[in-house]
Amino acid sequence: MNKVMSNKFIIALYVFPALFLIMLLIYIPIALTGYYGLMKWDGIGEMTFIGLENYRRLITDGMFWTSVYHSFLLAVFSALSLVGYLVISLILAGKIKGANLLRKIYLIPMLLSSVAIAQLWLKIYHPTNGVLNSFLMSIGVDNPPAWLSDPKIVLFAIFIPIIWQYAGFYILIYYAALKNIPDSIIEAAKIDGATPFQIGYKIKLPLISNIIKITVVLAIVGSLKYFDLIYVMTGGGPNGASEVMASYMYKQAFGSYNFGYGSAIGFFLLLIILIVTWLIRKLTVSDEEIQY
Amino acid sequence: MNEVTVQQEKQQAPKLDPQNSTRSLLSKIGYVTLYTVLGIIAFFQIYPLIWLVSFSLKTNSEVFNDSPFSLPSNPQWGNYLTVWTEGNISLYFFNSVWITATAVVLTVLSASLVTFAITRMQWKLNKVVLGLFMVGIMIPVHSTLIPLFDFFLRVNLIDNPIAIVLTYTAFNLPLTIMILLGFYYTLPREIEEAAVIDGCSVHRIFFQVTLPMTMPVIATTAIINMIYNWNEFIFINTFISSDKYKTLTVGIQNFVGQYMTEWGAIGATLVISILPILIAFFFLSNKIVEGISSGAVKG
Repeated sequence: MNKVMSNKFIIALYVFPALFLIMLLIYIPIALTGYYGLMKWDGIGEMTFIGLENYRRLITDGMFWTSVYHSFLLAVFSALSLVGYLVISLILAGKIKGANLLRKIYLIPMLLSSVAIAQLWLKIYHPTNGVLNSFLMSIGVDNPPAWLSDPKIVLFAIFIPIIWQYAGFYILIYYAALKNIPDSIIEAAKIDGATPFQIGYKIKLPLISNIIKITVVLAIVGSLKYFDLIYVMTGGGPNGASEVMASYMYKQAFGSYNFGYGSAIGFFLLLIILIVTWLIRKLTVSDEEIQY
Repeated sequence: MNEVTVQQEKQQAPKLDPQNSTRSLLSKIGYVTLYTVLGIIAFFQIYPLIWLVSFSLKTNSEVFNDSPFSLPSNPQWGNYLTVWTEGNISLYFFNSVWITATAVVLTVLSASLVTFAITRMQWKLNKVVLGLFMVGIMIPVHSTLIPLFDFFLRVNLIDNPIAIVLTYTAFNLPLTIMILLGFYYTLPREIEEAAVIDGCSVHRIFFQVTLPMTMPVIATTAIINMIYNWNEFIFINTFISSDKYKTLTVGIQNFVGQYMTEWGAIGATLVISILPILIAFFFLSNKIVEGISSGAVKG
């Protein structure tokens, strides 16, 4: 047994293809992002080493900090919306007929490509022929806003389809976790006279706290690196009003050919994500795995 | 996982039937409210898609003169025929199919090989290698984009679908391995051990014993990979510039830019691009639900 299953050559053969790919296409590029961030480089010509110049520029670049602010705003918004998903999942996981069908319907937007979603919502938000403004005018709103060209509201107008896209995903996760709680615990609480609200708040929520923690990380990290809908729907505009970190990086690198500066932003994005992940795990540290 | 024990422990708890009618009325109102709320959410999730199909079947004069809520008076199926035959949509569709399929096969096969080596074979560094794959889940795609672009430029793979297939494979490996691992750990090893004693080679064990036994989880990972690859946008948008290699996501993006005002054509294109996923979901929703939740939660 041991001889056959510890053949070094075969192990290397089996591990190599996948390991080679992630080293070459994930880990080396990640290291290079930090390195290119120290360069002045247009992506085609020679690189010039300029030390921390790009990072100095980063600190004083107002547009960059605006994009950081927008990314964090989206992160807060996404984290808060988790509360809503939790409530919906608690209801669904109770004695609701058709819960399985409903959670599948909720999930559908998450399966579609961001480009298709973005194009669809561009039509929904269309100032005159879109379904949203037509509805608003039909109920008597005379001057409905031009959702995507008004710098004051464009950011929130983009948050809506992002929520629309991911709501079903989180509901699905919470629902699965809640369904995993043994009925005996809930029945025992009922016999002890607990109200449905108490059961939800004091028994079910603590029992799925690990899952909640994971979703908080997913929602915040996912928001901080969010790119797709914003890039397609507004390109960060108008005038930077919906710019986020990833779209700003993309614009600097592939729009203005500032590959060195873009790399610095990319590296900064990586650092923020690692720090935030570590912080959330640290702040919500749990002592033990929950056993039923 | 816990369901078996749950079933056994389930007790016939006494039902606390509300005796007086006010309480039962209240609970009825409560249920109606709940269903209304859940129904409204379902409506919001699904209505944009219904509206999309509706305007994909309209003429431009209907789109601009009639209410957007109205149904197409005379469904313009010709919109679909036009975009399929006149634009490049059929080419983009074909590219999406083969790029997605190739990347899925490569990912699932190489991930299975790694998972087999990590869980079934004895070697010292297996925890380290596993760790490398798991950390890969956290890496933001955007932070790798510039060096990847530079790398593919240097090795002459920019504007070449090989770059896309390899990138999709690499970035889907961590999640795929994570889902496979959970299944491999629960799979009994007796059959594989018996095969070793019978003098089977490792390759035969992997291909003829383990791989067939893991078919259910392979199906789950394959469908999740398929959805991710089919919808991927940023890599293909950055690495591919020729029309002949574009996939649907970036293809429709360009197409829509050209035909700004042709709502019917845009709608038809979008419907064509999401239809394969919707069909897959209709038939395989349980697999998809399982894949998405196991992939997310074990992270």
